Amino acid sequence: MNKLINYRILGISLLAVSLLVPVYVNSVHAQKVSINGAGATFPFPLIDTWRTEYQKVNPDVNLNYASIGSGGGIKQFTEKTVDFGASDAPLSETEFQKAGSAVHIPETLGSVVLAYNIPEVTTPLKLTGPVIADIFLGKITKWDDPKIKELNPDVTLPSENIVTVHRSDGSGTTYVFTDYLSKVSPEWNQTVGKGKSVQWPVGIGAPGNEGVAASIQGTPNTIGYVELAYALTTQMNFAAVQNQEGNFITPSVNSTMAAVSAETSTLPSGSESWSNVTITDPPGPDSYPISSFSYLLLYKDLSTNPTIDEQKAKAITEFVEWAVTDGQQFAESLGYVPLPQSVVDVNEATLKSLTFNGNPILTN
Amino acid sequence: MIKDNRTKDYKSIIQERVAKNSFKRKVFNNFMTVLLFVFVIIAIIPLASILFEVFKNGVGALSFEFLFSPPGAFGSGEGGIGPAIQGTLIVVGLASLIGAPVGVLAGVYLSEYSSSSRSFAYFLRLFNDVLTGIPSIVIGITGYIALVLTLGSFSIMAGAFVLSIIMIPIIARVSEETLKLVPNTLREAAYGLGLPKWKVVWHIVIKGSKSGISTGIVLAVSRVAGETAPLIMTILGTSLFFSGFNSPVDALPLRIWRLASQPYPEAHEQGWGAALVLILLILALSVALRMFAQKRSTFKSTT
Amino acid sequence: MPPKDSKITHAELVKKLDLQSRKSFIGDKFFKGLVIGASVYTLCMVALVFFALADGSVPIFMKEGINFVIGTDWNAVEGRESFGALPYIIGTLVSSTIAMAIAVPISIGIAIFITEMMKNKLGTILSFIVELLAAVPSIIYGLWGLFVFRFWIRDYIEEPLHNTLGDFSLFAQAPFGLDVFTAGIILAIMIIPIITAVSREVIKAIPHSQKEAAYALGATRWEMIKTAILPSSKTGLMGATFLGLGRAIGETMLVTLVIGNAIGLAAIPTSLFSQSQTLSSIIANEFNEASNDLHLSALIGLGLVLFVITIFINVAAIYIISKVSKSYSNLRE
Repeated sequence: MNKLINYRILGISLLAVSLLVPVYVNSVHAQKVSINGAGATFPFPLIDTWRTEYQKVNPDVNLNYASIGSGGGIKQFTEKTVDFGASDAPLSETEFQKAGSAVHIPETLGSVVLAYNIPEVTTPLKLTGPVIADIFLGKITKWDDPKIKELNPDVTLPSENIVTVHRSDGSGTTYVFTDYLSKVSPEWNQTVGKGKSVQWPVGIGAPGNEGVAASIQGTPNTIGYVELAYALTTQMNFAAVQNQEGNFITPSVNSTMAAVSAETSTLPSGSESWSNVTITDPPGPDSYPISSFSYLLLYKDLSTNPTIDEQKAKAITEFVEWAVTDGQQFAESLGYVPLPQSVVDVNEATLKSLTFNGNPILTN
Repeated sequence: MIKDNRTKDYKSIIQERVAKNSFKRKVFNNFMTVLLFVFVIIAIIPLASILFEVFKNGVGALSFEFLFSPPGAFGSGEGGIGPAIQGTLIVVGLASLIGAPVGVLAGVYLSEYSSSSRSFAYFLRLFNDVLTGIPSIVIGITGYIALVLTLGSFSIMAGAFVLSIIMIPIIARVSEETLKLVPNTLREAAYGLGLPKWKVVWHIVIKGSKSGISTGIVLAVSRVAGETAPLIMTILGTSLFFSGFNSPVDALPLRIWRLASQPYPEAHEQGWGAALVLILLILALSVALRMFAQKRSTFKSTT
Repeated sequence: MPPKDSKITHAELVKKLDLQSRKSFIGDKFFKGLVIGASVYTLCMVALVFFALADGSVPIFMKEGINFVIGTDWNAVEGRESFGALPYIIGTLVSSTIAMAIAVPISIGIAIFITEMMKNKLGTILSFIVELLAAVPSIIYGLWGLFVFRFWIRDYIEEPLHNTLGDFSLFAQAPFGLDVFTAGIILAIMIIPIITAVSREVIKAIPHSQKEAAYALGATRWEMIKTAILPSSKTGLMGATFLGLGRAIGETMLVTLVIGNAIGLAAIPTSLFSQSQTLSSIIANEFNEASNDLHLSALIGLGLVLFVITIFINVAAIYIISKVSKSYSNLRE
């Protein structure tokens, strides 16, 4: 009987702890504003850094970002269950209509690199778009295929099978990569197409960037695509890719910057549709061809979402303004590309146009 | 004495013949014994390896900060799993608040009231077994459709609801079995004293098999505490502490899953640390379960 | 014996008893209502699962019809949507078959070992350890599988098999460690404790007289097991096997981490070391990212297919077990 009583005490105390802790936490944070966002996994490391860094700037604002994927971000944003959404792909024309008054805020840039593991090869490989497409279509199956040899005359390539690695979960990285392949290879465009999850003809699917990278590192003769951020931190080998002007460009923060500068002159204003914006395969001699914006999605009039009050609207706008200006300093160390000034200017104008019940939010 | 000698004689004769006829059989017998022993070893190696790896890789991550603070910036290896521990406690606690009474009462029906409607009891038992067998991810989809989509947000309530569906059939089954162990003489004695049925059931049958029922509840709790798939679709996961019953919350299995798919060794170490915390939590429950089970068996033997 | 000075008249006594019984009648009604309510709630949960899945998968069945079950294409790209579940049904069956081929003999062997050969303390400890394995959450199996075990399998099992028997198509593909074979083995490790626990109970239930009869006829211990234990527990062991199969088919996170996650036609395994995909793993992979309504409906449709398969298996298991023993129930988990 004594034991039973002990269990009861244990159970009651566990229950009490689980109920009291939230009460305590709530009372501590009572004065704080919580901003809820959801969406793309691609910028998650950066947004997660902003979460902790912005705490230092403005301790009264709690940022909560769930990386559920771009599709989920758009869905939650449209259904108004979040305060902001995030997506690696701009809203398509139909999505833009459905969402009502949405604005796009490009908050960072990233590149997708082709990482490989061929033990015999130490010098960086050179690849062209069509060759990459053929590899991922399963048409080029050996590393010493004449098409690869032709591009890398100085490299001795092994006569081994190529193992391709792709993402198994739906992902913005996949969208950017397949968007590029669709532009450079008509056959890819015809048979596979672009999307956050596509029907891969060959290869291994691994969950997340980590899964892809681990699969590449763990097995010889593999090739796969990961974010530049990750390739840099794990020191993987990655290929130089030929751009529109025929130059082979090694992915880096600078070559991504070159890509975006080549395209920014054509950016629409924040409240227009961005469905045609893409910076893959850009012009310019130094542009790396597989790069992309990542977007924050905000309501043009924040009172559209009934759960946003005036105080929260102000907090959201101020946070985003901080993110696209001061927040950019954290991008480079994580392998993201800081926004060029021209894009920041577009963003500033967009943020100034945001309203709450028709009144502008940023007054200064 | 004589008798003993004779059995010995028979025994030795038989043994001799058996030995003569079947040296092969004996070898085969020994071979099978060894083979079965090898099977046992094969089964134990993974357990040993899992426990070893979890402790080896996870123990370094444990600290006060790790247990009580929210996750730090992505890949920094700072912060901890405080929200995940809190979230697991809240979601599993709420799920038990729904699942335990419903499960126990359904068990009471099967054990005490089923004689009034045999076909209903048959269906209840069948559906209960079917419910036990439904994969948790399918139940997760149900929770997403029934609660997340209708309420408009990922929430603690959806997670607790989904876990309670997994708990109910386990608790109902174990409750039914333990209630049936209560000897009928006890019931009859209570009826003889003029007690109405509900008092007999409540004061004699249920209270008499409290430890058995608790076993079922602990079993169910330790099962759902490790569920991952249905939680992805209902509570989503977050980096914040509890902030309301209709907002997302974190849970240990979810946090392990997220940490494991981050590209940094620091995150993996935290993932192992979270796995260690989860294993300790569930092992503690299992040990408690065994204590209850022993209690139950003493009850069984005294009656 | 009623006290002599009792002043309660007969009529009063009847009234009082009537009142009391009416009270208990109300109490009884209320409690019975509560108990039946809980039972109906349980039934409703099964109905809810079924209707949620059926309702959610209407759009995909409207579009694809029977093709959804027998098609091999899986394309979520806007404008060319096409969804067929067959590769994942096959992937599910293949990985579960591998798991069962490994787990069933080992589990039944362990059950026999513990009940017949280790009747001492060590046997108790062993069964405790095996039960502990059952309590380890599958996500931890997955973590261990991804970071530790897949390298063992690749280096010590798959590479040697591929190098020596690579001429057979079964072992032809270059092994990678993330494939249907690895998934099958880790699934086996996960379900061994479940099958063992039920089998142990089934074997325990065999009357001693049977075993003694076999020994009396001069059987060795193995012959006793073969002639006395296995035949009379056959159906019970079948039931245990089915329960394990149900768990293997529904397992999600563990499989997602190690099976290689191929898509569409590529997910149909052509060798033991092929990448594949199961019904539950593709749901977990794509569910949160599916922004397109048809894609979401297709994933819910996969859930419905999975639901139907597991119900079929569980009903078969329940039927077989109910024929043999009723003592399995505590051990189902």
